Amino acid sequence: MSNAPDLPRHRELGLTDSEFELIVEKLGREPNAVELAMFSLLWSEHCAYKHSRKLLRRLPTEGPRVVMGPGENAGAVDVGSGYAVAFKVESHNHPSAVEPFQGAATGVGGILRDVFAIGARPIAVLDSLRFGELDSVRSRHLLDGAVRGIGHYGNSIGVPTVGGEIYFEEPYEHNCLVNAMCIGFAKTAAMVRAAAAGVGNAVVLMGATTGRDGIGGASVLASAELGEGDEAKRPTVQVGDPFEESKLLECCLELLEKGLLVSLQDLGAAGLTSSAGEMASAGGVGIDIDVAKVPLREADMEPFEVMVSESQERMLAVVEPGQVAAVRAICDKWQTGAAEIGVVTDTRHIRILKGGAVVGDMPVEALVDGCPLYDLDPAAPEAWIYGNRETLAPSADSAATLLALLSAPSIASKQWVFQQYDAIVGSRTVRRPEAADAAVLALPEAGNAIAVSIDGNGRKVACEPFNGTVEAVLECAQNLACVGAEPLGLTNCLNFGNPEKPVPAWQLDRSVSGLAAACEALDVPVVGGNVSLYNEGPDGPIYPTPVVGMVGELPDPARTAPSSFAQAGDAIGLFGPFSPTLFGSELAKQRGELAMGLPEPDVAAVAAACRAVRDAVRAGRLASAHDVSDGGLATALAECSIGAGLGCRADLQDLREEGCTPEEALFGEGPGGFVLSGERAELETLGARVIGEVGGTTIELAAGDRSLIVGLTDATEAWRSLDARAESVAEPPADA
Amino acid sequence: MIWGVLQFPGSCDERDALHACEVVGGEARLIWHGERDLGGVDAIVIPGGFSYGDYLRAGAIARFSPAMEAVAEHAAAGGPVLGICNGFQVLCEAGLLPGALLRNEELRFICKQADLVDGEGQTLSIPIKHGEGRYYAPEEMLDALEARGQVAYRYADGHNANGSVRDIAGVRNERGNVVGLMPHPEHAVDPLTGSTDGRQVFEALERLAA
Repeated sequence: MSNAPDLPRHRELGLTDSEFELIVEKLGREPNAVELAMFSLLWSEHCAYKHSRKLLRRLPTEGPRVVMGPGENAGAVDVGSGYAVAFKVESHNHPSAVEPFQGAATGVGGILRDVFAIGARPIAVLDSLRFGELDSVRSRHLLDGAVRGIGHYGNSIGVPTVGGEIYFEEPYEHNCLVNAMCIGFAKTAAMVRAAAAGVGNAVVLMGATTGRDGIGGASVLASAELGEGDEAKRPTVQVGDPFEESKLLECCLELLEKGLLVSLQDLGAAGLTSSAGEMASAGGVGIDIDVAKVPLREADMEPFEVMVSESQERMLAVVEPGQVAAVRAICDKWQTGAAEIGVVTDTRHIRILKGGAVVGDMPVEALVDGCPLYDLDPAAPEAWIYGNRETLAPSADSAATLLALLSAPSIASKQWVFQQYDAIVGSRTVRRPEAADAAVLALPEAGNAIAVSIDGNGRKVACEPFNGTVEAVLECAQNLACVGAEPLGLTNCLNFGNPEKPVPAWQLDRSVSGLAAACEALDVPVVGGNVSLYNEGPDGPIYPTPVVGMVGELPDPARTAPSSFAQAGDAIGLFGPFSPTLFGSELAKQRGELAMGLPEPDVAAVAAACRAVRDAVRAGRLASAHDVSDGGLATALAECSIGAGLGCRADLQDLREEGCTPEEALFGEGPGGFVLSGERAELETLGARVIGEVGGTTIELAAGDRSLIVGLTDATEAWRSLDARAESVAEPPADA
Repeated sequence: MIWGVLQFPGSCDERDALHACEVVGGEARLIWHGERDLGGVDAIVIPGGFSYGDYLRAGAIARFSPAMEAVAEHAAAGGPVLGICNGFQVLCEAGLLPGALLRNEELRFICKQADLVDGEGQTLSIPIKHGEGRYYAPEEMLDALEARGQVAYRYADGHNANGSVRDIAGVRNERGNVVGLMPHPEHAVDPLTGSTDGRQVFEALERLAA
């Protein structure tokens, strides 16, 4: 790494002078090299949440269905019959920007470990990805690498990738986002927490050996902006081994099933330092670790390297001394490592030993909870701080506009991506990717099913962080409603720029408030989450991107509506409090007219519409249900037609009577709208406005002087056009 | 009818295969790769997944397991064996089936529903999901396989997504009791999660055991 030669060591590790002074004060002396390395990691933004923790206190975290909330490896909600569903989303943005294949692969590996650490078997993965525009060579390189990496890990380990979303926007050009969400399934009574307990119990490191890979990942990569010389950071990216994780997963689940572990924690960012620290902190105990007992890949590793290594596929367990032999036997069966590297103590200190010598000794409280929490200094921007690029002439007619929207990489079918993922292993996948608005997974053990959606349109959050974040939550809720699911809980990954700068600070502050407000209004608790800050490139921050993952329950997996129309002759209904505008829309983007501002959604009205759609789907009264999202009503209708291979005719006059311009009626966006199809009488009973009929080989939309007719073949070709464009993968750009 | 489903480190679809066997009928149990004794099962299923991470070459390590020695004996005695995806690769590596599986023509993993045609000309809708599923054998061997009726399943027109020679999706041994295919019939036994056409693949094996 290129550092100024005279930089003090603590600054090189990312600590400020005042933070260093605070460490000296808490220790009563200067930290040695081992201690400084450990403090620098646990006091990094990535581990300590020092710029976000105060904001996160605004989020509602309690509810009758919550089994585990924030603070555990993953959150979990009750799905009945003694079962729980665990879930969490996490980012691996900076590693993926530096090395997309391994960055994305280890992102999946890490989130899987979070879920099986609490004793839940991973049953599905979803991904939320953001890249620069698809016409950029760098973006295609990152897309290709990230997709291959996700597939490599998820496919090999036998966990299906059942959904996700991808946006291509200029502000992510130098700082892509790779967020992975994992869903796990467990018997509620068998779930395990991460708190170390039982003085004298053994601390056992399981799984892979420890090497020099990923040293400093949390502080160097995850807690600072990307910039010049990032290729020198490649060694800080970890390398994934899904086979090792597959064995470790099965091994851990067998150990937990046999009741052989007191507690379990995965090793993620900051490796042993963070897992041992967090286990000791949660349990109110101390832990002694002997680095000489840690199985190493390279013999000459320094104690600090052992403590901060981010080698993948490792878990830390607390085991009663009498059970260590039984634990070893099961680890042997699964051909995975098991080393007794330490002991639980009553000292409330983390002590690092090498052989007999103490090489580090820190109070747990100072190490894990001692990092100062900062207030933000937010300031709203005076105007749109991101760029605008016109790619569609304002004079384009409606038909050309619809085709341009359908072929927009953020809207077009992502079949090219989803086909590279195993979506069906586990035999739970009722709705495969792009077949419905949300993924649906059957839970035959509990006699019901869950639906999962992940969303977060950063462009809208950039327009207005509060309202944009509310829209992200509503989008998830609407997706769940379309398959008949009731929301149970929410997880999130807050991807933002540098919180020490006023505008990203304002975005973060407003966004968290919007998230809290939407969750309160929908009565959906936040059961966990992750924060990724310092996402900036040379041109400034990324779009503020709160990625929301929502899990819902539905009683009967056979009663879930597809998103596409079902049969010719069905009536088409528009339902919900839909007031489309062009603010932050895909059309505004293509015209280069993005600006600040986004209308405030009526959350209560959208929630009521969601309940009505959910009940109608559950009752089997609808043939299809799709929410109106990016590209507006015209795009939603076209998507319903393309998926079915059936045309449609619709008259958008009703919207115009409510004050929409023809263009807003066709292409305007906003929450609350559903496109439903089925028998006319059913739609009318529900209160939907019947706007047209399914059938024919064209999409015909009447909207006054902006009416359009597009052939189904042309629409399909536009919507499927991503395959060919994404495939033209070039070599990585010369400077990456 | 007792089905035995092998499990190697890195197997992925063993629980799906167990479930499929139960749907088709009978009892199904997992057999750990270290077992030398198959415990008297009537038919063996070698499931999909990434045994030993598919490191070295898909199926190349699993074939040396004690359970595979027992499977070879079971096959030699005329017992039915079904290898699915990675299980097909293991059977080819073990020499129990002819040919080899290479990386997909497009060099990408692919997961999608595909139409297969079986020996009787019936079309079955069964998903594929693999990165190394391109069936290959030399021309003379292919001619011999065709002549002896050893091509068990072919991809229907337009459904050969991996570039397999002569659209071959699955083959059987000369005796007909060992069958391997890349598509996943265990993921096609329930209308809720796809189709039910995969049951026919298991039922064909069941008939062999009778």
